[in-house]
Amino acid sequence: MPDAAQKIVVRCTVNGAAESVSAYPMARLLDVLREELKLTGTKEGCGEGECGACSVLIDGELVNSCLVPAMQAEGADIRTIEGIASGEQLHAVQEAFLECGGAQCGICTPGMVMAAVNLLARVPEPAEEEVRAGLSGNLCRCTGYMKIFETVLHACQQVKVGA
Amino acid sequence: MSEATIGRVVPRKEGREKVTGRSRYVDDITMPGMLHGATVRSPAARGRVRGIHFEGNISWEEFTVVTAKDIPGKNFIRLLINDQPCLADGLVNHPEEPVVLLAHADKHLLEEARRAVRIEIEPLPAIFTIDDSLAKKEIIWGEDNIFKSFLVEKGNVDEVWSRADFIVEGEYSTGAQEQLYIEPQGMIATANAEDGVTIRGSMQCPYYIHKALMPLMGLPKDKIRVIQTETGGGFGGKEEYPSMIAAHAALLAWKSGKPVKIIYDRAEDMAATTKRHPSRTRHRTAVRRDGKLLGMEIEFTLDGGAYETLSPVVLSRGTVHAAGPYNCANVRIRSRVVATNAPPHGAFRGFGAPQSVFALERHLDKVAQAVGMAPEELRRRNFIREGETLAVGQVVREKVDMNRLLDRALAESGYLEKRERFGRENPGSRIKKGIGLAAFLHGAGFTGSGEEYLASVAGVEATADGRVRVLAASTEMGQGTNTIFSQIAADALGVDYERIEIGQPDTAHVPDSGPTVASRTCMIVGKLVETAAIELKRKLMAQGVLKEPYDSGEFEKACREYLEKIGELKTSCKYQAPPGLHWDDAKYQGDAYGAYAWAVYVAEVSVDTVTCEIHVDDFVAVQEVGRVIHPVLAAGQIEGGVAQGIGYALYENVVWKEGRMVNGQMTNYVMPSSVDLPAIRVFFEENPYPFGPGGAKGIGELPMDGTAPAIASAIEHATGARITQIPVTPEALMETWEGALA
Amino acid sequence: MRSYIPAYELRAPKDLAAALGLLASEPGVWKPFAGGTDLMVLLEAGKLEHRKFVNLRGLGELRGVEETPEFVTLGALTTYSDVQRNATMQREFSLLCRAAAETGSVATQNRGTLGGNIANASPAADSPPALLVYDAELELISAGGSRWTPYRGFHTGYKKMNMRADELIGRIRIRRGGEGRKIYFRKVGTRKAQAISKVCLAGAARVEDGKIEDIRIALGSVAPMPLRCVKTEAVLRGRRLDLALVRAAREELAREIAPIDDMRSSARYRGRVAGNLLEEFLGELDGG
Repeated sequence: MPDAAQKIVVRCTVNGAAESVSAYPMARLLDVLREELKLTGTKEGCGEGECGACSVLIDGELVNSCLVPAMQAEGADIRTIEGIASGEQLHAVQEAFLECGGAQCGICTPGMVMAAVNLLARVPEPAEEEVRAGLSGNLCRCTGYMKIFETVLHACQQVKVGA
Repeated sequence: MSEATIGRVVPRKEGREKVTGRSRYVDDITMPGMLHGATVRSPAARGRVRGIHFEGNISWEEFTVVTAKDIPGKNFIRLLINDQPCLADGLVNHPEEPVVLLAHADKHLLEEARRAVRIEIEPLPAIFTIDDSLAKKEIIWGEDNIFKSFLVEKGNVDEVWSRADFIVEGEYSTGAQEQLYIEPQGMIATANAEDGVTIRGSMQCPYYIHKALMPLMGLPKDKIRVIQTETGGGFGGKEEYPSMIAAHAALLAWKSGKPVKIIYDRAEDMAATTKRHPSRTRHRTAVRRDGKLLGMEIEFTLDGGAYETLSPVVLSRGTVHAAGPYNCANVRIRSRVVATNAPPHGAFRGFGAPQSVFALERHLDKVAQAVGMAPEELRRRNFIREGETLAVGQVVREKVDMNRLLDRALAESGYLEKRERFGRENPGSRIKKGIGLAAFLHGAGFTGSGEEYLASVAGVEATADGRVRVLAASTEMGQGTNTIFSQIAADALGVDYERIEIGQPDTAHVPDSGPTVASRTCMIVGKLVETAAIELKRKLMAQGVLKEPYDSGEFEKACREYLEKIGELKTSCKYQAPPGLHWDDAKYQGDAYGAYAWAVYVAEVSVDTVTCEIHVDDFVAVQEVGRVIHPVLAAGQIEGGVAQGIGYALYENVVWKEGRMVNGQMTNYVMPSSVDLPAIRVFFEENPYPFGPGGAKGIGELPMDGTAPAIASAIEHATGARITQIPVTPEALMETWEGALA
Repeated sequence: MRSYIPAYELRAPKDLAAALGLLASEPGVWKPFAGGTDLMVLLEAGKLEHRKFVNLRGLGELRGVEETPEFVTLGALTTYSDVQRNATMQREFSLLCRAAAETGSVATQNRGTLGGNIANASPAADSPPALLVYDAELELISAGGSRWTPYRGFHTGYKKMNMRADELIGRIRIRRGGEGRKIYFRKVGTRKAQAISKVCLAGAARVEDGKIEDIRIALGSVAPMPLRCVKTEAVLRGRRLDLALVRAAREELAREIAPIDDMRSSARYRGRVAGNLLEEFLGELDGG
């Protein structure tokens, strides 16, 4: 099978560090993160933009990294689950996930954390309805979401106390 | 001594790794020189393989290619009767049957190659429905297409019909359901003649894989090693099917001499792996004017798919639960599971019980209507009590109080007031509201003498630094095994929760504590952990290195002292049935389970007359599961199970075409999202079970059983339409509901 | 991942002129690639047949919202999130905002574009019914120039568009001044969020003294392409609402649409619900 495309060099910032990665232009950002940058915290649940397990932030916006071709990461400021805690100090959202039982099997958790962090950045004190809407692109099969709602509502209280 | 942790909320043992993305799931692992593996499947539902052609512009010499003839041992996936081949050899019996395996270092090229393999099939007629299978339209399995049948008899149901004030008949059916764990299935194998085979992957049952690989590879047990990696949900879907993927990865690794990783993408996972068995149940019930059930005749049929796999066991559990938590003197249950040319159906949380419980609870609403009695009242008049006998002849020895559960569920949900008010307000409203309930039980552990056959072992050992490590093959897949085992061990030893470690499930290091299924992990294996821990403490005391009272530091010191003076400190415990349990496999009678969880669920729904869309507005789940080990984890189990039950009832519709799932994408097979679910309100009544660790029973499967019938009951209340099938999609409801706008 | 990634080309032109030049150089060889929320799904499923794409995403010329007293003009790369965040859109074009809010998830809305949604030409797309009701116009641009064309009539059949291979959707223009109309939007999906529509109806009407002075009705998922139901509108326009008129409108709508059975729903359901949504809309007009 002859290759039509040439690999390109994608320059972007990932979790604050400048990165330069060689990839096919249509390679999924998800694969670039996981395979080239070894950031395996971002998960693949469906590959069709449905489950949200691959959620990352690009320039502060929540996106499904399975739907972003590598070329579109050029110049992007990307944040993944690995960039949420400060060293060993967990983010308030991560602490809340631990405290409220928001994580069970853990496979949706990195994406949920990203969606929750993004939600609280947009809506610092969400009502439960806003939490539900903000997380509606992140599917969880274990929890029935109840403990995740508690987690996010608890986290925003902690953020407030911390701030 | 440390404060007891059972009943308290402690942090999830592996939680920190999960919230930081550091947990390593199978697809997060790579190995030097690793190849990727892919499976080429049958293009037809049934037929003879006439040829396998490697076509296209592919450098085939770069690929490792495996077919049935490359299998070093026997070509089957060992389970109950070994009828399922690892790779089709001559015949294919369902449209996702594996025929050829490929491996290559470049996973994209691998996909190109997968498309270029053409399997030439001479088609044979296939059957896809329970009716066609029972009618023997084609014989596709054995002599009569029947994998297994059971007959349960209590009293003499033939004599009751003449005494009945009412005889009520009904037929009910349920669809297939995909487990839809968010982590798709996957395995990595390394294999060579010297070291044998090592498997790493996402699984519930390491020893199932271990047992399956021995005959397949023709290797002794010490040459097979199976290691569970962090597992992103299972729900039964990773009970038996992982043996297939492990076998495929092992064959490719064996032939190529390199590590091979097989990860299913979502489409392959949904298409090829097991789903919940579709079912059809017929009820005929004799009832007295006062609501007393005189006799129940139940015919319960499951669609098993193309191979037997675990179907007999699923049928067994469905059969035992088919008559519910009721005392009826005369019961006959005939059940069978039949073959069709679909991929084999398999384990899914509830394991046959959600199907038979759905039918029973729907039918009892119909019986109540026939008698002219409120559905809750009919149930009250028939609830089983301590000392009475279940359909399989088991005398209930637990202090069961179904009325108390019912009262609480009615009170928490405001059932009586809403039932009356909705009935009054609905006629003038575009949105019809309804409230309904289901009462049910779920047995913990393997059915009948299953636990005695399993003879599970679990243990604990002291580590070099004096901590205690739990050794069990029970896997963590989100449900909290690591956490509750740590709590159980900590309390048995009198040390802090933080001092307990969990050994990775690895058949080279942990004993066979049986599969992580059947709501057995806490009650059965947890008890073994507790007993082994007590024994470890006794050893320390007997050697004089530990004296009461002690704190965690002193305990660790004692362990280190023991290790220095005496050597290894490791204890284990093997399952022994609690006294007085008896089961007769031939008659299918006796103590089917050591203990049951008991529950009453109430669902409130609204139905839109314009679109027939149904929304669950409130859900109350009241249950008695013995002692609750960890309140947050326990509630999380119920909430998650109810959410899956809501999906089962309303959204999750497997669309079939000639044995193949055609909506195998998460976009088109719809599970509930965060905006589709109501508040799920969970309440526990505690009644410690003397033979469970800290008094606990099983919990995992329970919520799957009663959710769908409670919702169906509520829809029927809202609309007046008879709800006898799930899922109740808007399309289905529109066809049966006269009140829908037209 | 079911596709062979190295076989797919994605070119990044330095500006819009370069993008149009590439499209013109080999018409039909290069196809536009915007937010990727549809094409990447096909890629993953191994169903993306076309192999050569032009990446539009960096092209600032195709982004942004312009307002004049007469029109609001949206660049084709305007995302669903952009639409919802825009104050004028919220105030004057709430049908489109609601459609945008019900398209996929937050992550999809951040990435998916209005132009992409139109050019992907799915009959189940969420924004077209609203655009049809607004009588949107599309600017089609090419190396040779640009032209404005009514959006109604742009889709000519299943996945077919009235656009040349060297053309791009540049901008979408909607006329202001529709205040005072009663509007209706309802998407009936497979679930409440992140769902594909089974039936979607957008409507707007001006009612004076109980008489329907003007009415516009458009539906998704009930025909090979998004449909403006002009015949049904004609039945209603200038008439007073009563039961007979509602029945007549439903009957006309049933003739005008052509729903199908697929894995997400049935033709019967779609047909009946389309009628019900129309009736619900008309009922709201009647209600004051």
